[in-house]
Order: sequence, then structure tokens, then C-alpha cells
Amino acid sequence: METPKESRWTRRLPRPLARFLENMGRFFLMLGRVFAWTPRPPYDWRELLRQMVRVGVDSIPVVLLTAMFTGMVLALETFTVLLRFNAESFVGSLVGLSMVRELSSVLSGLIVAGRVGSAMGAELGTMRVTEQIDALEVMATDPVHYLVVPRVWATVLTLPLLIILADAIGIYGGYLVSVVLLGANPVSYLAKTFQYMDVNDLLSGVIKASVFGLLLAVIGCQQGFYTTGGAEGVGRSTTSAVVSASIAILIADFFLSKLLF
Amino acid sequence: MPESSASGAPKAQAAPATSPTTEPKIRLRGLTKSFGSKRVLDGVDLDIAKGESIVIIGGSGTGKSVLLKHVIGLLKPDAGTVLVDGTAVERLNNREITEFRRKFGMSFQEGALFDSMTVGQNVGFPLKRLTRMGAEEIRARVDECLAMVRLDAVADKMPSQLSGGMRRRVGFARAVAHQPEILLFDEPTTGLDPITTAQINEVIVDLNDRLKTTTLTITHDMEGAFRIGDRIAMLDRGKIIAVAPPAEFRELADPGVQQFLHGRAEGPLTEEGEQR
Repeated sequence: METPKESRWTRRLPRPLARFLENMGRFFLMLGRVFAWTPRPPYDWRELLRQMVRVGVDSIPVVLLTAMFTGMVLALETFTVLLRFNAESFVGSLVGLSMVRELSSVLSGLIVAGRVGSAMGAELGTMRVTEQIDALEVMATDPVHYLVVPRVWATVLTLPLLIILADAIGIYGGYLVSVVLLGANPVSYLAKTFQYMDVNDLLSGVIKASVFGLLLAVIGCQQGFYTTGGAEGVGRSTTSAVVSASIAILIADFFLSKLLF
Repeated sequence: MPESSASGAPKAQAAPATSPTTEPKIRLRGLTKSFGSKRVLDGVDLDIAKGESIVIIGGSGTGKSVLLKHVIGLLKPDAGTVLVDGTAVERLNNREITEFRRKFGMSFQEGALFDSMTVGQNVGFPLKRLTRMGAEEIRARVDECLAMVRLDAVADKMPSQLSGGMRRRVGFARAVAHQPEILLFDEPTTGLDPITTAQINEVIVDLNDRLKTTTLTITHDMEGAFRIGDRIAMLDRGKIIAVAPPAEFRELADPGVQQFLHGRAEGPLTEEGEQR
């Protein structure tokens, strides 16, 4: 792995800023390499499927648990507040729209960043420090093509599927609390849930999830790929993978919400 | 076996590390590389003849691994050139370097086996990526290569189930699987016990004899260097300070070489190091 030379002006920058710019540069470089390598053969479908199982299927329990409780808490909180305005019949709409437009995708994104982004950082980081990535290059195999491309596309494809499940479970959690615990009318609750929801709401959540998937996978892989400094370096990469991906998801969420409204 | 300038009087310091008679397989000229402010390679000149086994020795941090990584194009020099069969490695683009690397087999310090794959899949990996062999052919070749490094019944094991010495040997098997023209060994015996070290050295000698490849080994194991090498070159502070066939190398008057050979704590190698 070649490290770019420090020029005179980069040396004059404050260290945190220089590191931030370096990370941004590496992110876009990695993103570019992923897009450049994607259409080139050989296509490793088996690896793509394996990664989809790791990212998607293995994340189902934790994502669903999060969505369930988020829906439940949301119903509980909004019910007590809306009751003050005699508007408790809107709990269903509020829970439904919040889950579908915002909470499912952001919370699932953050959970998957913690679970999968960190694993990518640690796995690629270990491969880097034990020279496995060098070994790939030596055997005429581009490591981005072989390792990063399947991980990125697996995450981009499976995160939207995960959040559709999370939407459903979140809405069900809200329904349980409202109907079973707080005694709301089940028929009118469900009717209200879908009354103000349209396809665009669902779509905006799905689009967000894809973008979050792209961000967390590229950042996780990038942090691992550029690891230096043995076991300590792998630890650093893993932490940065989660922290950077989480921040990126939250910032991207704002701009996507602005764009998709 | 070597077609190099392995004859003549012992050479040291100013001696040319070159073979003037035949076109070398690998030619390094003025190879210079710095990391930050530290100059790791400082004008390395070396010729390696076809079929020759050359060993580069030197202390830790003298730039041996960096030199090896330049030969295979994992690093690009700041100045100077690496010519392999007359091709300047540093000028190759991404596509060309992929083709170029087919000539090479490289074994890494700790083996660098892919830990998500079995031993058999590891050894078969270059065959799958670099050749058009079918699954059956690959399996046969994997068994053949594992036998060559004196391992059997390990193909279905995971690398984590093997000892350090076995992992290195699997690394060798993977390096030779696609029948490369040039073999690179990066510190093949570091951190192993003396008996395993001797066994590994025997395997390398055996591979050299059988395959007749050009071999470049870096090590700081002196016994191994004398056993493996047709010529030994010593790297210190990023420069080749001596190069000679094993028997002559022992007799070199260079105080740095003598310090290294006898493992003395005090001498020109360590004095200069402290001054830096």
C-alpha cells in the first residue's frame, strides 16, 4: 500500500484537519475504485451472497428488536402527549410515518454500522496487518475488487430489505402498545396508520437505507484497508469505522430528508 | 547453477553487485525509497541472474522487506529502477502489473494465509485466479505442492489449526503452485525454533533444486543464508555493503559483515545506527 507523500502545505495544516481531509480523500478514492471495479469480471456471486447473509440475515434479530421497541416507545410517548390535545387517534399515523420515513432507516443504519461496519474494519484491518492484502495483490488479484466490491453491494442491497422488515415490526410494536396496553380501537388505529402514508414515504426510507448501506460499507472497508500498526491499528480502524460511519449516516440523513421531502 | 558473477576475489563495500556477462533476470539500479524523513533504501544496485538463489541479509529495519516489495511492484521507488526481464516495474500501469505478477510467487513472513479459507483453497487460490485449470486439476496440483513442502493430510484444515512452521510451508506451496519464474521469500524462518528453521531451509533448498527458479530470499538467519544462497548480499542503512558467494562471504574483511556474522553488539553497524 502506497502512502501519499506529505506536501509542504499539508504539513502546515492542523493534525486533526489533515487527518479528516486524508480520510475524506480515501473515502472518495475507495468509492471510485468500487464503482470502477464493479462491472469487471470475474463476478464472485457466491461471495456476494455470503456477504448478503452476513449483513442481512444475521442482522435480522438485532434490527427487528430495535424496531419493535422503537415502535413501542414511540406509541407510549406520543399517546400520553397527544392525549392532552385529544388527538390520540393520530398515534397510529405518527408511529407509522416516523418509522417508515425516518426511524427504521436511521436506527437500522446505525445498528448495522455497529455490527457490520466494525466487522469489515476489523476483518480488512487484520488482513492488512497480516499481509493477506499484499498476498492478494501478489497473486494478481485486486483487493478492492475481491474484498470490498462484494461487501459494499451486499450492504447496499440488503439494508433496504432489512428496513422494510423493520418498518413492519415497528408499526406492529406501536399497534401492540396502543391497542393492548392503552386500549385504542384496533381497526381505527390501523386505518389511521395507513391513511396518510403513501408510496413515496416508503420509498424515501428505502433510498435512505441504500445510501446508508453504501456509506457504512465503504467507510468500514476503507478504515480496514488503510490500517497500519498491528493489533492496535486494527482496534483503531474498528472504532473509526463505527464512529465515522455513524456520523456520516446522521449527516446524510439530514440532507436526504431535505432532498426527498 | 548461478550464471552470475559468483567467482573472483571476495568483494566488499565498493564491489559491484552485478553480473556483467549475462542479462540478469532482475536488475536493481540506484533504488531509493523514503518513508517520511527516513530514507530506507539509499541507492541499491544489484543484479540477480536467471536461476540464481540470492539471499539478502541485514538487521531489522535495514530495508530488506521494502526492497522485496519493490521487486514485485507493491511499492514504487522514489528514484532508481527495478528491471525484471528488462521491464521497468515502476512504469507498469495497473493492468500491466497484474500480468507481470504472474511471473512471481511470494511467501510472506507469517505465511499470510487467508484465514477464511482452508489450506487447500489457499494453495489453489493462485491456480483459480491465474490459470484456466479445472477443479480436479487444481486439487491434484494442490496435493503435489503440499507434498513438495513435505505436508500431507492438511488440505482440509484451516490455517489457524496449523503450527507456525506449517503455515510458512503452506505459504511456500501457495507461492510455487502456479509455477512462477521468480520466487520471493520474506523472512521465511523468523520466530521459529532451530529445528523447524532447519526444516524450512531444507524445503527451500529442495524447491530451488527442483524448480530451478530465480529465488530472492531475505533473512537474518545466517545459517539459513549460507545453506540457501548461491550468493549472499548484505544490506545496511539502505545500501548493499557486500555481496559474495557463501564461502567467500565468510572471509570478507568488511567490519560490518564480520560484526553481523559473529553477532557482536558493538561494531560499525550499531555505532552508525546510534549516531543517526
